[in-house]
Amino acid sequence: MTADAGTYLYVVARDSGAPSPEGLSGVAGAPVRAITRSGLVAYVSTVPLAEFGEEPLQRSMEDLDWLDATARAHHHVVEAVAVAVPAVPVRLVTVYSGDEQVSGLLEERHDDFCQALDRITGRQEWGVKVYADPAEQAEPAAAQESGGAATGPGAAYLRKRQAGLRSREEAWRRASARAERVHDRLASVAVAGRRHRAQDPQLSGRKEWMILNGAYLVDEERRAEFVRTVDELRGEGGELELTGPWAPYSFAALDEGGEP
Amino acid sequence: MMEPARPAGRAYPSSSGGGREPANLGDILERVLDRGVIIAGDIRVNLLDIELLTIKLRLVVASVDTAKEMGIDWWEHDPWLTGKDRGLEEENRRLRRRLEALEEGRSAPPAIEGHVEEDEDVEPAPRRRAGRRRDDG
Repeated sequence: MTADAGTYLYVVARDSGAPSPEGLSGVAGAPVRAITRSGLVAYVSTVPLAEFGEEPLQRSMEDLDWLDATARAHHHVVEAVAVAVPAVPVRLVTVYSGDEQVSGLLEERHDDFCQALDRITGRQEWGVKVYADPAEQAEPAAAQESGGAATGPGAAYLRKRQAGLRSREEAWRRASARAERVHDRLASVAVAGRRHRAQDPQLSGRKEWMILNGAYLVDEERRAEFVRTVDELRGEGGELELTGPWAPYSFAALDEGGEP
Repeated sequence: MMEPARPAGRAYPSSSGGGREPANLGDILERVLDRGVIIAGDIRVNLLDIELLTIKLRLVVASVDTAKEMGIDWWEHDPWLTGKDRGLEEENRRLRRRLEALEEGRSAPPAIEGHVEEDEDVEPAPRRRAGRRRDDG
């Protein structure tokens, strides 16, 4: 690989003969092009290896500003394509040495891509987060305060702390159960559901726990039903946050045999 | 700012809580990094490194003011990454320290036998108490 430029791959779709994206730019501001092969189309752009080579990437992936801009640019291209046609997003910074390698990929993995595309066609991904306020979830610990032999302040303190821990654990259990119910309910309206690791409440500026960070692949026709279900669940308490529709990021894996 | 304009056909449902906020960076990052098709490009970005990125990000984020807006924080309550047991251990340690401090400060009679005994193993209690009384008075 002696060239100083690489081919950055964003997203793969079926080649529907649609014109190449015009005026769409991707990472590093480069214009997005389409590479077609075997009935598939890959959306790519040319990137300088000085920025997207192995070593620079190791460094810049930890540069939050760079990562911010790159992730958004990547996402922008994915969404622009996925909004128009069924499309399978590729992970950030998937870079090939040239267009031929991307063509080769489309040919080699043709069946896998088609399978993934079949899975997401006519469907959209929705994100649902559920927050729970630990204070609301907690059972009052007072009941456990009565009785006990030791009466010193140290013992009282100890008991209080233990009760606090117990009620926190209990709160966590309740929240988990609630998350389970919400997820099951949403998944029943969706083709597939995934639970992702929760985002932390601290940095999001909320003291609530994020008890569910779910992604749901929903048939276009059931979209209204899904949204209605979210609203219903919202009525049952806890805070639900709905985002989407997203490109099917969570359901785009290539090697999956069947439904997740 | 780089959020793509959405065609009307995919407008967000109004029933979902009065409109949708633009995707935050945390939401985008967890998607573009952790999800999507993972295929090896010619440029080898160590997968392990990318997976570790969530942890590394935490270090970066800690010093960044905008962290809150970005909401990059999913690792904090991930038992997998934080280890919930560690929290309990820490809690326990604090509790013991607090207990010791309480005893020392008040030279309390051995009402909390269970825990005083532990201390007495380390150092004979009578002598210590006598010393403390002198200090207090």
